[in-house]
Amino acid sequence: MNWSGAPGGMKKTMNELAVEGRTLYAFIERNFHLVRRYLSWEIVFLFYNAINAMTIGYIGVNTPVQHRNETVLYLLIGALLWGYLSLLFDEVANSISWERWEGTIEYTFMAPIRRLTHLLGMCLYAVTYGIVRTVIVLVALALFFHISLSTANLWTGVVVLVVSSVSFMGLGLIAATLPLLSTERGVQATHIIQGVILLISGIYYPISVLPHWVQWASYLSPATYALEMARAALLHGATVAQLAAPLLKLLLIGALMIPLGLFVFVQAERFAMRTGRLKRNG
Amino acid sequence: MIAQVTTAGAVPAIEVREVHKRFAGDRKRNGRRKPFIAVNGVSLRVEQGEVFGLLGANGSGKSTLIRLISTLLYPDAGSVSVFGHDVVRDQRTVRRLLNRVSVEASFFKKLSAIENLMYAGRLYNLSGRETRERVVELLTQLGFSKAKIRAPLEELSRGMQQKVAISRALMTRPKLLLLDEPTTGLDPRSKRDVQELIANLHAQHGVTCVLTTHDMDEAERLCDRISIIDRGRIVALGTVEELKAAQDGVQTLEDVFFELVGRAWGDEEDDE
Repeated sequence: MNWSGAPGGMKKTMNELAVEGRTLYAFIERNFHLVRRYLSWEIVFLFYNAINAMTIGYIGVNTPVQHRNETVLYLLIGALLWGYLSLLFDEVANSISWERWEGTIEYTFMAPIRRLTHLLGMCLYAVTYGIVRTVIVLVALALFFHISLSTANLWTGVVVLVVSSVSFMGLGLIAATLPLLSTERGVQATHIIQGVILLISGIYYPISVLPHWVQWASYLSPATYALEMARAALLHGATVAQLAAPLLKLLLIGALMIPLGLFVFVQAERFAMRTGRLKRNG
Repeated sequence: MIAQVTTAGAVPAIEVREVHKRFAGDRKRNGRRKPFIAVNGVSLRVEQGEVFGLLGANGSGKSTLIRLISTLLYPDAGSVSVFGHDVVRDQRTVRRLLNRVSVEASFFKKLSAIENLMYAGRLYNLSGRETRERVVELLTQLGFSKAKIRAPLEELSRGMQQKVAISRALMTRPKLLLLDEPTTGLDPRSKRDVQELIANLHAQHGVTCVLTTHDMDEAERLCDRISIIDRGRIVALGTVEELKAAQDGVQTLEDVFFELVGRAWGDEEDDE
């Protein structure tokens, strides 16, 4: 076997990885700069998120004492996980509409970067930002609700969060095509998608309470599996091994959603370039 | 005119061949859209090192042509190549070679010049340090103080914002610079600064520039050759002297323009 080309080839690969890494970082750094510049908005959003989660948690406080802990935790898991997943979805989908409003989209699309790296950069930022926001809301909730986590398996909870992020990134990428095609209507349409996921995924109630004809749709939503597993981990202490099968299913959904999202996005980009829809709008 | 720097025989900086581009127009009362022909069989060649002017009224097809060259639009028919690379097939290679300044200084307005340009620099594979050094050097040359470099762009005048836009393009050291009405709406001082920058860029670094403008004096002063585009078609192409010589009894480039186009600036809508 001839290994003579290996060092050169490896160097080239390392260089390419460094270039992609720099591009990824461009999106993360830019968005954190934006967060810093819109700090007052961030504080308002965080405040609202925390209050919203608390309000939902308090619905369970009125239940009989023997079920109180479980009910409150059930609701809070829904509020926290939905807060995280919807934020992830929003950030990925809205990063395109944000660029359209600012008029920078043509410059980003004109840059010599891979679209995959561009979209992964947006997703990585969304995951980092989402985790930071969720942890802050979690701390606020811990101060208000004295909930026993003695039976919870937090490690499994973290694994569920990470695995569910993958499929939500894919969903976000598909949704991001909508503002690419139409600035105003696109954003509205992403909210419709988000609303449907909220309804069908059993965020605050078991999906069995939904009309039968809606329940089939619940099984298409990655959030349904994410919530079931998060509740199994935090309410009943399920281990990663016990949840291996649904975790694998969720991972598989994510593994399909990301390339599907990328494919849909690239097709939408080509359509936008054929029809002139990348031009500044709004 | 600055200087004739064309390199005959070399690969042209831009080669546009029989390009057509049309868009779906506004919806009519019957619900149908009447297609709008933005570029109609345009062919032109821009040599390396040239400053090439593209003149036309609003809606004539200038910006569409710039977008086609800058890989932001696919042609319906025909081909566009930049330094021998096709803009559709070799998109990433072409993107590494060019940059663009448009009439709107498009930025994240809450971010400062340095924050916006750090983002742009990383997309062109510049390190943070490299970008910071280039940005400070370029913006200082353009009269920016340290405080202005770090101030949100929404607090800067349009002239200053346009200078940041030009720095964004220059920072990546493009071989081809597409300047789409870079001085439109600027005050006389800022306009002069931007024009000097273009002239210096061309004289010192031999960067090929395509300049679209409504300012005839600017075109005459900066461009080696000029083409006049009307309703998506090139109606004249040559040096200022050649254009004047081709029309009987005209004195100025503006006379040439009106002679060929036959109506005033701004008679039509924007071309997209």
